[in-house]
Amino acid sequence: MAQNYYQPEIETASREKILEIQNEKIVKQVRHVYDNVPYYRKLMDEKGVTPDDIKSVDDIKKLPFLTKADLRDAYPYGLLGTDLKNCVRIQSTSGTTGKRVVAFYTQEDIDIWEDCCARAIVAAGGTNEDVCQVCYGYGLFTGGPGLNGGSHKVGCLTLPMSSGNTERQIQFMMDLGSTILCCTPSYAAYIGESLAEAGYKPEDNKLKAGIFGAEPWTEEMRRSIEKSLGIKAYDIYGLTETSGPGVSFECSEQTGMHINEDHFYAEIIDPDTGEVLPEGSKGELVFTSLDKEAFPLLRYRTRDICVLTRKKCSCGRTHVKMSKPMGRSDDMLIIRGVNVFPSQIETVLLNEGYTPNYQIIVDRVNNTDTIDINIELTTEQFSDKVSDTQAREKALESAMRTMLGIGPKVHLVPPKSVVRSEGKAVRVIDKRKLHD
Amino acid sequence: MAINQLSVFVENKPGKLLDIVKALSSEQINIRAMSIADTKDFGILRLIVSDTDKAKDVLESDCIVTVTPVIAAEMSDKAGALSSILEDFSYENINIEYMYAFTASTALGAYVVLRVDDNDAAERVLKSKGISVLENMSI
Repeated sequence: MAQNYYQPEIETASREKILEIQNEKIVKQVRHVYDNVPYYRKLMDEKGVTPDDIKSVDDIKKLPFLTKADLRDAYPYGLLGTDLKNCVRIQSTSGTTGKRVVAFYTQEDIDIWEDCCARAIVAAGGTNEDVCQVCYGYGLFTGGPGLNGGSHKVGCLTLPMSSGNTERQIQFMMDLGSTILCCTPSYAAYIGESLAEAGYKPEDNKLKAGIFGAEPWTEEMRRSIEKSLGIKAYDIYGLTETSGPGVSFECSEQTGMHINEDHFYAEIIDPDTGEVLPEGSKGELVFTSLDKEAFPLLRYRTRDICVLTRKKCSCGRTHVKMSKPMGRSDDMLIIRGVNVFPSQIETVLLNEGYTPNYQIIVDRVNNTDTIDINIELTTEQFSDKVSDTQAREKALESAMRTMLGIGPKVHLVPPKSVVRSEGKAVRVIDKRKLHD
Repeated sequence: MAINQLSVFVENKPGKLLDIVKALSSEQINIRAMSIADTKDFGILRLIVSDTDKAKDVLESDCIVTVTPVIAAEMSDKAGALSSILEDFSYENINIEYMYAFTASTALGAYVVLRVDDNDAAERVLKSKGISVLENMSI
């Protein structure tokens, strides 16, 4: 397959060239932040770091981290890097984990952000002949505006649908022949179901690709969306704190997302010690904006756990690839020294045909951590023979051991027996905290 | 002729069995026979009741419940009666998953409920020995 790039020179640049760009940008950026963001200047002063100490990206590790808590403390203007008169837009997070984050943009910031989204659309096969249906939410959420801008840059006919009103989504999709769909993976799955319900077969639509992100999704979900819509589904990653979608995106290889390294410097750290880990290690992803003017975050801890790799990619892009986030550092469990994420358990359950209704109980017995997983059984899976149910438990334990690296004890339980709180299932009960 | 048994998945916790029995009693459903297979975590309750469909409806809202066809064979009150049946099953390579005994209201004789891997083969064996099996109607 012929490869297309939106900005080929930079997307396929040599490692040396990328480093050169990054080194030049980071020196300027740290100076810009130190001079314009008193909040971060204070953090640097406390750590005894001055802009003169930062001569290349190798020195980024000397800089202090920023966390979600800092964004809360500095709300709304504390991390602003330029005069408000230079800013043209804000975007904001949903505020699900507390106070909303408000991010500011200059026109230059928006141009770069939209370039990043355009790279993602072209990587998914987009050209100016495509009809790009954007059903991410428009407004404060970055999804709609980001992909909308990227779609314009590529020259696609852009359908600014925003989210919801599925009947209308389907009508426009069929009448105008949408070829690229941009939305959350769960909405893509829903559109797929709705199309089938309306009597359409996967080959009845003109879609060829989908760019899905803004929430965790599994490989199984990818396959099911690809099948129901008859498309190739591409992952896209981003966060409001760094700009929005397009920080990284998937190429035709579908083995990870290329980080736009000319704009974002990525590190993987040990979430407990803050120590930078070597390539290939699993840890928390940290981003440094290399050229953002209005909201220039340095060493922002995303809390997403993933792995970076520089393995040569068949698409020809040279930028580092990040794995799909495997979980959040704040819901990571350390059991017998092994990092365990609830999302891994969910993947096993979906693979083995179970509902995602489960509960993890971690305890410490005789100074050894124990992990028990209660999993709800369905009527279809139930057998009157004890041996069948015990065989199911064994098979699940073995699949869990392969995925997690430690052996949990699996208990099948009746439906609705997993404790729920305000409609949301309580996923983890860590009894070790009670003993300490 | 197989009869219908209800198989219910029950958590191994105090009060769980009581909930089920209470639900049946409130609907005037009579339990003819029962057995529980227990493990550390869960039990499987097997029930032969006076009204299988109604009982299933009653239990379904809160439990996993399925209907399993089983054979209820009449046992004569003589030493060696069971062993004679099992010998023939063994000869025919019919595997018994589980079994339990009860007395039906229509007869004075005892019955064994047999859950086997091949109901048709089991019935052939029983018929050839002149052993009668219960039909749903007769309980």
